[in-house]
Order: sequence, then C-alpha cells, then structure tokens
Amino acid sequence: MTSDITTGMAILAPEITLAVYAMAALIFAVYSGKDRLTPMLTWLTAGVLAGLALWIGMRAPAAREAFNGAFIDDGFSRFARITILLAAASVLLIGQDYLARCRMMRFEYPILMALSVVGMMMMVSAGDLIALYMGLELQSLALYVLAAMNRDSVKSNEAGLKYFVLGALSSGLLLYGASLAYGFAGSTRFDVLIATVEDGHVPLGLLFGLVFILTGLAFKISAVPFHMWTPDVYEGAPTPVTAFFASAPKMAAMGLIARVLFDAFGNAVGDWSQILALLAVLSMLLGAIAAIAQKNIKRLMAYSSIAHMGFALMGLAAGGAEGVQAMLIYMVIYVTMNIGTFAFILSMKRDGRPVTEIAALNQYSRHAPLKALAVLILMFSLAGVPPMLGFFGKFYVLKAAVDAGLVWVAVIGVIASVIGAFYYLRIVYYMYFGEDAEALDTSMPFVQWLFLMAAAAAMLFGVVNLFGIEGLAQAAAAALVR
Amino acid sequence: MENLLSIVTFIPLLGAVILALFLRGDDEAARGNAKWVALITTLTTFIFSLFILTGFDPADTGFQFVEEKAWILGLNYKMGVDGISVLFVMLTTFLMPLVILSCWNVSDRVKEYMIAFLVLETLMIGVFTALDLVLFYLFFEAGLIPMFLIIGIWGGQNRIYAAFKFFLYTFLGSVLMLVAIVAMYMDAGTTDIPTLLNHQFSSTPLDVLGFTVMGGMQALLWLAFFASFAVKMPMWPVHTWLPDAHVQAPTGGSVVLAAILLKMGGYGFLRFSLPMFPVASDLFTPLIMWLSVIAIVYTSLVALVQEDMKKLIAYSSVAHMGYVTMGTFAANQQGVDGAIFQMLSHGFISGALFLCVGVIYDRMHTREIAAYGGLVNRMPAYALIFMFFTMANVGLPGTSGFIGEFLTLLGTFHANTWAAAFAATGVILSAAYALWLYRRVVFGELIREALRTITDLTPREKLIFAPLVAMVLLIGVYPGLVTDITGPSVEKLVANYHEAVGTDGGAEPGAQAGAAAEH
Repeated sequence: MTSDITTGMAILAPEITLAVYAMAALIFAVYSGKDRLTPMLTWLTAGVLAGLALWIGMRAPAAREAFNGAFIDDGFSRFARITILLAAASVLLIGQDYLARCRMMRFEYPILMALSVVGMMMMVSAGDLIALYMGLELQSLALYVLAAMNRDSVKSNEAGLKYFVLGALSSGLLLYGASLAYGFAGSTRFDVLIATVEDGHVPLGLLFGLVFILTGLAFKISAVPFHMWTPDVYEGAPTPVTAFFASAPKMAAMGLIARVLFDAFGNAVGDWSQILALLAVLSMLLGAIAAIAQKNIKRLMAYSSIAHMGFALMGLAAGGAEGVQAMLIYMVIYVTMNIGTFAFILSMKRDGRPVTEIAALNQYSRHAPLKALAVLILMFSLAGVPPMLGFFGKFYVLKAAVDAGLVWVAVIGVIASVIGAFYYLRIVYYMYFGEDAEALDTSMPFVQWLFLMAAAAAMLFGVVNLFGIEGLAQAAAAALVR
Repeated sequence: MENLLSIVTFIPLLGAVILALFLRGDDEAARGNAKWVALITTLTTFIFSLFILTGFDPADTGFQFVEEKAWILGLNYKMGVDGISVLFVMLTTFLMPLVILSCWNVSDRVKEYMIAFLVLETLMIGVFTALDLVLFYLFFEAGLIPMFLIIGIWGGQNRIYAAFKFFLYTFLGSVLMLVAIVAMYMDAGTTDIPTLLNHQFSSTPLDVLGFTVMGGMQALLWLAFFASFAVKMPMWPVHTWLPDAHVQAPTGGSVVLAAILLKMGGYGFLRFSLPMFPVASDLFTPLIMWLSVIAIVYTSLVALVQEDMKKLIAYSSVAHMGYVTMGTFAANQQGVDGAIFQMLSHGFISGALFLCVGVIYDRMHTREIAAYGGLVNRMPAYALIFMFFTMANVGLPGTSGFIGEFLTLLGTFHANTWAAAFAATGVILSAAYALWLYRRVVFGELIREALRTITDLTPREKLIFAPLVAMVLLIGVYPGLVTDITGPSVEKLVANYHEAVGTDGGAEPGAQAGAAAEH
C-alpha cells in the first residue's frame, strides 16, 4: 500500500509540484508584498509552467497508472498536458501589460491560473469519473473567479456570475450522468465502464449516463446548443482571461472528452459518434453565422472559438485513432492561432485605454504594417485558407471525417468555413481597406509582439512539415485508441 | 538543373522576401527600387522558365522535370510539367514582367503592391507545376489571398464589394473540391496526380439521399471539381463575380486575372475532370456544351450594352472562355488542342486589351466609354495597337484569336453539331461589340475638352505592347509552335478518355451521353 502511494506520487509529481507551488506562492504573496509581487509572480509562474512542460516532455514514454487507475500518464495525456502548460504560460506573459495598464495586477491572477492548470492536467489524465470531476471542478472554480476578476466592472461581474451559474448547471448534469454510469456499471473506473459494453450492447442507463456526461462537457467547450454563455463571458471577462478561456481550457475539455469517450465508452462508438457529429455541425454553422454581425472583437473570437470547436469535434466524431490525431493537431494549431490573435487584441488601445471595437482597426496597416501583416496571416489561418497552418488543421479533420463516412458533416463543415471566412476577412478589410479613422496606439510591449510574430510565423512556415506535431499527435492518439 | 521547376516557381517568392526584408522607406527612391526589384525578379523567372521550354521534349507524353520530396501526411511535394501544363507556365512567366511594367505609375504602397504580385506569380506557377493534388489545392487557394488584397487595397470605387465577392465566390467553389480531394485520397490511397490519372474511380450508380446518381462516385467528384473550376473559369451562370472584380481591380490585377487566373479553371478541367472522371465527363458533356453556348451568346449580348470598357472586356472574356470549355469537353484532338490554344491566345489578347484600357485610364481616370471619342487624332500609335488587339479579339485570321476559335469550333462540330452552330454566332457578336467599342472610343471627332491634351503611348507602354503583338502574330501565323508541344500529350489524353468511355475518338463522343445526372 505504501509503495502504491509512493509510485503514485512519483507519477503525479508534476501536478503535485504545481499545486504545492501555487499554495506556497499564495502564502508568500499574502504575507509579503501582495499586489506588488504580481509581475515577479507572473514571470515565475510562467517559468514553472514551461519548466513542467519540459519535464513532462522528457519523462519515460511508457504508459503508467497511478492510484488504481484514477490517473493515467500516457502519451495522450502528455501531449495534452504539454499543450495546456505552454498555452497557459504564453497567456500569462502576453496578458501582463494589459493588467498593469488597467490596474488589475492582483497577485491572485497567476496563482489562480496555476491552480486551474492543475485541474486541467488532472482532466486530461483522468482514468476514473471521480478524478475527472475533481479536475474539472478545480479548473472551473478557478476560472469563475478569474472571469469576475475586474471587480469594478459590471460586465466582468456579470460574466463571472453567468459562467458560474451555467457552469454549475453543467457540472450538475455531468455528475448526474456519472452517477447513472456508476449505477449501471458498478464502478467509476473507465476500464470497468468499457468492459460493461464489451459485447456491443449498451445498457440503457449507461447510455443516458453517456449523454448527460457529454452534455456537461459540451458546456465546457461551448459546443452548440450549450454555447450561450460564451459570447457574454468572453466579452465581459478581462481580455487576458478571455485569451486564457480561448486556449488552454478548450484543449483540456477536448482532451477530457476524448479520454472519456475512448477510455470509458470506446466500445459504443456508434452511439456517441452521431451525437458528436450533430454537435459539430451545429457549432460550425452557428459559430460561422452568428459572428457575422459582431462589432466587438472579443465576441467575434467567442463565436470563432465555437466554430473551431465544431471542427475539432468533427475529428472526434470520426471515432478512430486518426480522428483523435486530427483533433489534437487541430487543437494545437487552434491554440497557437488564438494566442497570437489575443496577443494582438491585448495590445489594441487608444491613449492607453483598451479598445475592442473592430471598426477601430481602420487603416491599421498604414500605421503598423508588420503587425497588420501578422494579423492578416492569423486571420487567413483562422479562416482555413492554405498555405496557412489553419488549413492543415481542417484538412486532417476532413480527412478523418470522410474516412469515417461522415461526408455530409465534412460538406457542411467546409460550407460553414466559407461563411466564417467572411468575418475574418472583415478584420483584414478594416486593417487594409478601411477609411482613415482615429488611429490606435501602435506601441506594443515586446512580449506581445514576440508572441504575435511567432504565431504568425508558425502559421506561415508550418507548411514545411507542421513542426513535427503530426508524428507526436499520432503517437498520442495511438496511446488513447487501442 | 534538376530543381528547375522549383527554382522557377519560387524565384518570385524570393524576390518578394527580399523586398519585404531589405527595402525600407516610402520615398521616391524606395518606390523605384521596389519596381526594379520586382521587374528583375520576374525577368529572371522568365529567363529560367525558358530552360524549361528548351529542355522540354514534346514527344514524351509523361511528366518531365519531375521532382519529388516527402511531405506531411503521406503527401508529397511533387512537381512536373507535361505538354498540357508547360505552356501555361510559360504564359505566366512571360506576362508577369509586362504586368510589373504596367504598374509603373502606381504610387500608393508600391512595395506591398509588388510583393503581392510576386507572391501571386509563385502561386500561379505552382498551380501549373504541382503534381500532388493537395499541393495543387494549396497553390490554387492561396492565390486568392494576394488577389483579394490587390483588388481591395488598390482597386477602384467599389473595391470592397468586389474583393469580398471575388474571395467568397471562389472560396465556396473550391472548398467543395477540397472534400472531393479528400474523398479521392481515401479511395485511391494517394494524392499523386500521375497515379490518379491511371486510377479508375467507381462509376457504378450510387444512392444518395434516395436519389440514384448515375456515374456514381465519379459524378459526385466531377461535380465538386466542376463547382470550383466553373467559378474560376468562369462559366455562365456563376460568372457574376468576374465583371465586378475586373472593373474594380487595378490594371495589373485585371491583366493577371484575365490572362492567367481564369486559365486555372480550364487547366483544371483538362488536368482533372476529363482524364480522372471520364465517365462522368461524358455524362455531363451536354450540360457543359449548352452552358458554354449560353455563355458565348448571352455574355456577348450583355457585352454589347456595357458602358464601362473594362466590364465589356470582362464579359467578352466569359464568352471566350465558353469556347474553351466547349472545346475541352468535345474531347477530341482539335477541340482540346483548340481549348489550350484559345486559353493562351486569350491570355495575350485579353491581357493586352486590359492594358489598352489601362493606358487611357491612367490619363483620364475614367473607364466610361462615353467619356472618350476621337482618340485617333491625338493617339495614332495607341489607335493602331488597340485596333490590332480588337481584331485579334474578334478572331481575325492571322491572329491567334482565329486559331483558337476555329479549332474549338471544329472540335465541337464533331462532338455536338448544334452547339457548334450556335456558338459560331458568338463570332459575329464578338465582332459587333468589339468593333463598336473601338468605334466609340477611337474614331469620330475629338469633341471632349479633356481629351485635347491627351498624349500618345510612352516608350514604356510601347515596350509592354511589343512582345504581346509579336506573340499574337507569331502563334497566329504559325500555330504549330503551340500544337507541336501540346499535341502528343493531348493525343494521349483523348485516347485514354475514349478508352475509358468506350467510344472511338473520331465518332461523336457526345452521342452516348445521357442527359440527366439524377432521376
């Protein structure tokens, strides 16, 4: 028993390190400089996150289980965790200047972020419904607080409250589904759940459980029809937090969905594949159409993320290793694009005050040609126009979908992406063709500039070999789908 | 040089990178440098592309200058040319220096303008040299980005509407092709074009949503490719983006659009639709024929009543592209040779016509036909050049326009006599609108006050027109220059097509085609 715990602790070492770090940083900050420490804490947290990513990346490749299978450390979880950690570290760095300008440099910010990352790492490694729920709640609770971080802003408070109420509802649904699954399978462990449907026959109760769990998770990735909170929360939350919402948690929730579906319900692919296909189609269409009328770039990015989640779901709906690989590649590309785009959105300001109106970008290319070009590349990439990397994300997903016989989903997906192209082009239109208007400040902190340029360059040069993520994602998918 | 095709394809991109990285400032000197760098780059590209032409062996019907490197996803970076594509590469590299020269008067964001054209050149050459389906799609689609910017930034009054319409229209067409490409990948296990050319896609009838699709998978794939190429071509009734795009685009943009970008659709039909989906092509031949005839007659009539010069030439382009689609799907030696010939010839002629409009637009800043008249009094050299290209557009024997129209009509006559008969009326209509345009602009009394000080062609402008005149005459008088190169490849294409369809080449291939796709 003791050895069980020690090996388990060893496997969970990165998560434990991060949790301990967050706690220690909290105590340290409370008893010393408080908000004055925020810049230092931000850098330190980003460093810790990046260091952990490196550590996880260098660990032994063999799959291991800890605590009786509650926690699985395999290729899939490693891939997802590294993406999450790096995304979180990047978001921390690009958000700093914004928070300082808006006087929101609270020391809780990096610490809450670190805690939510612990939750996400737990989510993608869960091997048990209880572990899953624990991870999910840890990340969600931290995010609720972050959304409402700007206490003086009504919108921010509203965002936090909305997110909390709807998030609690979705957690409830998920918990209900989990209890049904437990009731019919007799265990919360994924390997027992999967054995229950071994002969291809799914007990009705278990099916209900599956549907409820999926519903709960669909809330987290804001898939239509469970997306209503997204635009308001994206708009209301402070922009660095919005950037965070649009990156790491999406990866975590997608990873979690893949984990549950393949590890726990891998023998009932036919049952959940059609649900996912429907969610995917609705998300792609609504995300594309509803974004057209948006005037606020944060709301636009909210709908954009809904549409992108639809595409990632299409990959999962294909229901094989190839689909998981497509989803992982799609998510990595998506997260990179979003970090670049948000690095730019965070720098949009006039006389030091943040601006989120798209129309404010009028003739931006005249004032800052290089940055405008980078945003142009990101927009075309988000729209999925080759040769940008965003196209390859779509290509992998389409390939998986067509291979699985979901041609109709693929056709609707590409049509939605044409509709979606319109609003990404609108941003290009304002920057390049628009009329002269009061210019935005062109100054940009170096860190944001660096991330914007790096993301744009990655979109452009990734065409050579996708930076090798193809093979990594393949190995990760192979670890999940056996 | 075994990487010759890659070198030719990517020299313009290299020029664009040099411009982007090393050219600073926006003063007169910097603008001049930008133009010179672009001109030298395009000329270098042209010179290198001459090596392709000299090294090309017309008797070999396979792909030549093939390069292959492994890429992601089991795809290959594969390049090569055959008799069908090599001349399109030449057309592109030949025209681009002239396009750059024609932009010499641009003063707004010159560096960006030149970068856009250089990037566009790389992508256009890539379309014609790619031998991997996904690589082809990549070049095909990516070309939308620079063109979108060229129209949107440097275009006329209504440029934003035109830019969006151009982008979304063509993008919608191509994404369906993307799904088809993925489906082909799944079916054949490869995206290698030479392999796919020998792959038989299933043509057994298929049930889709309760309908029986004759021609099965081939028909569906054919339709998806058709969606893309018909828009690009453009064929009636999906041509409406073209007049808008042409009218709003700056002169250089119009030239590239008419002379090269439109040819991608025709090239696509020849490279993919006809050889890869022969059964479906046979099935849909009547549809194509009649769409082409409508395009020829209807858009010629529309061209008659235009008041904007560029719009008139744009509609005339649609009509001329009608001959191309007709000749292509006649699927016999004359028809396909003629289609390729017509595309090349139209590349020179329509490009030159847009340049002619550009010349007077630069001086008067209007494209209204009514704003001109009597130009011959002040601009004799211009009147001569314009007359030459008007005649070439009409298809006067001795110019390349005649050969293209004649061959396609001849080919079509074998395949579908009625279509050829109706299409022949287009020749008369084209004479009507082209000559009437010429009369209104060039002849008559010079009565408009503004025109009294208009100046004739500058040496730079003469330099642009000279090679175009030479080419139109050269291949007009000696068409063998083109058909000797395309001939063997076309012969093989046609033979394979008839073998797959089960007809013999000389007899009427359209006779067996069923009219309905679904019933």
